[in-house]
Amino acid sequence: MTLDELEQIANEVQAAKEKSPRALNVCVAAGCLSLHSDAIKSALEKEVQRTGVNCRVAGTGCMGLCSLGPLVNREPDGQLLKNVAEADAAEIVEKLESVPPERLLCSREQPFFQRQTAVVLENSGRINPEKIEEYIAAEGYQALVRALTEMAPAQIVQEVSKSGLRGRGGAGYPTGLKWGTVAKTIGTTKYVICNADEGDPGAFMDRSVLESDPHRVLEGMIVAGYAVGASQGYIYVRAEYPLAIKRLQAAIRDARRLGFLGSQICNAKFSFDIEIRIGGGAFVCGEETALIASIEGRRGTPRPRPPFPAQSGLWQMPTLINNVESFANIPTILRRGGEWYASLGTKKSKGTKVFALCGKVRNVGLIEVPMGTPLRQIIFEIGGGIPDGHRFKAVQTGGPSGGCIPEQSLDLPVDYESLKEVGSIMGSGGMIVMDDSACMVNVARYFMEFCMSESCGKCIPCRAGTAQMFELLTRMTSGTATPQDLELLEDLCDMVSSTSLCGLGQSAPNPVLSTLRYFREEYTEHIVDKHCRAGVCECNHLAEVSA
Amino acid sequence: MNPAPAVKTLAIDGIDVSASSDQTILDAARENGISIPTLCHLDGLTEVGACRMCLVELKGSTRLQPACVTLVEEGMEVTTRTPRLEKYRRMVLELLFAERNHVCSVCVANNMCELQDQAKAHGVTHVRFPYRSPELPVDVSHERFALDHNRCILCTRCVRVCNEIEGAHTWDLLGRGVNSLLISDLHQPWGESDTCTSCGKCVQVCPTGALFDKSKVGGKVRKNPDFLSYLNEMREGLR
Amino acid sequence: MPITSKRPSLPSSDKRWRIVAGTMRRHGFAREALIETLHTVQEYFGYLDKPSLRFVAASLRVPLSQAYGVATFYHYFTLKPPGKHTCLVCLGTACYIKGAGQLLATAEASLNVKAGETTLDGNVSLVTARCIGSCSMAPAFIFDGETAGNVNENALRSKLAGWKN
Repeated sequence: MTLDELEQIANEVQAAKEKSPRALNVCVAAGCLSLHSDAIKSALEKEVQRTGVNCRVAGTGCMGLCSLGPLVNREPDGQLLKNVAEADAAEIVEKLESVPPERLLCSREQPFFQRQTAVVLENSGRINPEKIEEYIAAEGYQALVRALTEMAPAQIVQEVSKSGLRGRGGAGYPTGLKWGTVAKTIGTTKYVICNADEGDPGAFMDRSVLESDPHRVLEGMIVAGYAVGASQGYIYVRAEYPLAIKRLQAAIRDARRLGFLGSQICNAKFSFDIEIRIGGGAFVCGEETALIASIEGRRGTPRPRPPFPAQSGLWQMPTLINNVESFANIPTILRRGGEWYASLGTKKSKGTKVFALCGKVRNVGLIEVPMGTPLRQIIFEIGGGIPDGHRFKAVQTGGPSGGCIPEQSLDLPVDYESLKEVGSIMGSGGMIVMDDSACMVNVARYFMEFCMSESCGKCIPCRAGTAQMFELLTRMTSGTATPQDLELLEDLCDMVSSTSLCGLGQSAPNPVLSTLRYFREEYTEHIVDKHCRAGVCECNHLAEVSA
Repeated sequence: MNPAPAVKTLAIDGIDVSASSDQTILDAARENGISIPTLCHLDGLTEVGACRMCLVELKGSTRLQPACVTLVEEGMEVTTRTPRLEKYRRMVLELLFAERNHVCSVCVANNMCELQDQAKAHGVTHVRFPYRSPELPVDVSHERFALDHNRCILCTRCVRVCNEIEGAHTWDLLGRGVNSLLISDLHQPWGESDTCTSCGKCVQVCPTGALFDKSKVGGKVRKNPDFLSYLNEMREGLR
Repeated sequence: MPITSKRPSLPSSDKRWRIVAGTMRRHGFAREALIETLHTVQEYFGYLDKPSLRFVAASLRVPLSQAYGVATFYHYFTLKPPGKHTCLVCLGTACYIKGAGQLLATAEASLNVKAGETTLDGNVSLVTARCIGSCSMAPAFIFDGETAGNVNENALRSKLAGWKN
C-alpha cells in the first residue's frame, strides 16, 4: 500500500458520497444500541427503500451525547437528531430536505459540543467503524504508510516524545520514554500489547473508541510495533465488550486484507500481526504484569517490578504496553506532528483527554477536552450541571484508585499533577458526578467492596487489608462503629498503600483517604451520631430505633 | 547471555557490605548476619514477593522495596529496621491472625510455627482488627497428611515446591482475594488427588500448621525445609 | 481417572467439542491457550464443569489445579449451569449512584435468590457485573444478552414477571 493507493481509496469513498450526498448515520455504539438503535436503522432503511429516495443509511460510532440517544446524524447538513424512535423513521425520511421535526432536533450549538476538542474522537460518529475505506477516507493509515516509508523507528519515538503524550491508562508515564526503552532493549522477539481491559467502573472511553473507530487503535499499534521493533501485537479486551470485540475482529481482518497487517507491510522490511485476547472479568488485569500473566493463560496476579515489561514482559521478552486511548492518539500525532499535539494542554500534561461523564449530570456521555480544562467547565458547561434541582457534592475520577473531588476544588485545571494534588488521579477517564443524595462514607465503602473482591489475593496487605477496611466501613454505615475504628481505618490506609505489591492495593485506600480529607464530618456523623445526612445508610434506622 | 556478575558495595543498616550484582538485598543481608523477616520466601523456591514482611527502606526512594526480589546496586543504602517498617510488619502479622482461625493453643504447629515465631519476634501480643472467623474445612482424606485451611496463610510455598521441585503441580489456589483457597487438582479431597506423589515436600515447607503429617501430631517435630537447598545443589551438579 | 501423557480424545460425540478442539488447535495446543479455550467451552456449553476442565487441562498439558485456579480466578467463568434466563445487574459506579443497589435488592427479593445464584427451578440466574460500560444509560441491566438502559423498579419487575413459566 502506498500513499497514492490510499488516496485512490479515499477518492472512491468521496465519489460515492458525492453521487449520493444524503445520508442518515445511526449511532450503533453500545449506548444507543442498548436503546435499540439497530431497529431504528432498519426502519430507516426500509423507509428509504419504500420511498425510493436517494439516501444512504449507515451505522456509525458514538456521537458523544449518549443521554439523548438514540442519535442520528444527517448528511450533508450535519443536523443531529436526538431521542429517535422507530416510529420517527417515516417523518425523518419525508423531511430529508427540509427542517427535521422540532422534537428531534439536537443543536450542535450547545456547550456540550462547542467546548470539546476532538483528536481521539475525531472520527467517532462520523465514519462507519466496520468500513476500513471510510477510515482511510478520513486520512486513516496515512501515518502508518508515512512512518514505514519515510521515517526511521528512532524518528517515530522522537516524534512521540515531542508530543508529550503520557499514558492514558492512568499513571501518566511518558509514552515516548516507554517506547524508547522497549526500542533500545535487545530481544529476539518483542511484543506490543494494547490494554483494553477497561475495568474502572464508570469508564467507557476505550469501549467507545474500539466500537467507533477501531482502525485508529490498530494503526497506533502497528506504528508502535515498527518503532520498537516488535512483530506481534495483542489486544487484551474485556469479555464484557462483545461489540468492541466484534468490531476489532472485523477491523483486523480488513487491515490484513489491505496489507496493513502481515508480512512486509507497505513493502518495508517489517512484519506485524495482531491477535485479540479476551479477558475474564478481573480488574487487576489492568495492571501490566497481571495482564501479561493473563495473556500467558495464567491467573492474573501481578509480580514485583522491576523487571519492568519493557525489559522482560510477555514470555520474558521486551514488551510495550499502552492503553487504547494512548494508541488512538498516535495516528494524529504522526499526521499533524508532535509539536502540534504538544501545543494542546498544560505544561506537563499535553494533548486532549477523553472522559466518560456520567452520574448525576444532565449531559451524560463521552467528551474530549484539552488537558487543563477546569472541572467546573466540564461538569457545569459541557455536562449541563446537576439535574432535578439537586446540589453538586463531589466528582469521582480515577475509579477505585482515585478519589472524590469537592466543590472547592472545581476550578482545578484537569491534568495528571493537579488531580493528584487534590487526592485523586487522572485514571483512565471515568468522571462520575455525585449530588447531595450521595453519602461519601457509603461511596468509600462501595469502592472498598470493589477493591476487596477484585484483589487477586497474592499479597497480604491488599488481600486482608481491603477486607478489614471494608469491614470497618461497613460498621460505620451500619451504625456500629466506634471512634477507634476510624483510627484503625486510617492506620490501614497508610499501611495498605505503602506495602501492597501492585497499584491496585497501593491505591485502594484512595477513595477513603479523599473522602476523609473533604468529608470527614460525614464519617464523624456516622460514628458518633449514627446519622447519614444523605439518608442512604442503615445507621439512620438504628438511631431512630434507639431514640 | 548475561554478563558475569560484578561486585557491588552497599550499606545495610549502616554496615558496608559487598555482594554480587545478581544477589538480592535479602541474600546480601543474611550473608552478613543481618536478619530480615520473611514468610513467603524460602531458599530454593522462586520468589513471589507477596508477604511484604521483608520490605526495606532505600535511601532516595519513597517506595518500600521487598528485599527478597530487589537486586543489590552500587552505593545502595538499605535500612531494614525502622519504626515504620516494624509497624507495618506487625500489621501484616495482625492481618494474618485476623484473616483465618489461628488458634495457637490447639494448633498442631504450636511452638513450631513461623507465623507464631514472627509474632513473638515483633511483639504482636493482641490483634486490633476484627477477626473474620471464616468457616473453613479440614481435609484429612490423605492417608498420611492433612490440610487445615484455618491455618493457611496462602504463602504458596507448597504450590511452588510441588510445581518447581517435585514437578507434580498438585496444589494451586482457587478463587481470588480473601476467598482464595489452597486446592489439590480439581478442588477434590487431597486423598483422591490424581497427581499427588505423597512426597511430603509441601508439608515440610509449610510455615504453619496448615499442612501437617498426621503421624507426627503432638510429637513436637519441627518441619525441615532444608532439603530444598540440597536438592537444588544436587540438580545443579548434574548440569 | 488414570493419568496419561497422550492427548485425550473428545469427551463425547457432541459437535461442540470439535469447536473446542478447534480453538486449541489454532493455538497449537499451547498452554497459554487455556483461557481462550475456556472461553470457547463456556460460550458453547454455558458453563465449565469438571469433565470439561479435565479435558481441556489434559489436552493443553496444564496441571489440573492450575486449570481450576484459572477458571475460578476470572469472574466471567462460571462452574454452575446457568438458568434459562439471565438477569445481569451492572454495579458500576454510575449505576450504583443511580440506585442499582436497590434494584439488585428488588431482583433478589422477587426471584428469591442472592446475586450469583440461580432460581431453584433453574429458570433465572441473577448475576452482577462490575461495569458493563453502559454508564450513560445507568442503571443498566443485561437481560438475556440484551442491554437495557435507564431501568427502573417497574421495568425490572415486569421483565422478571415475563420470564415466569
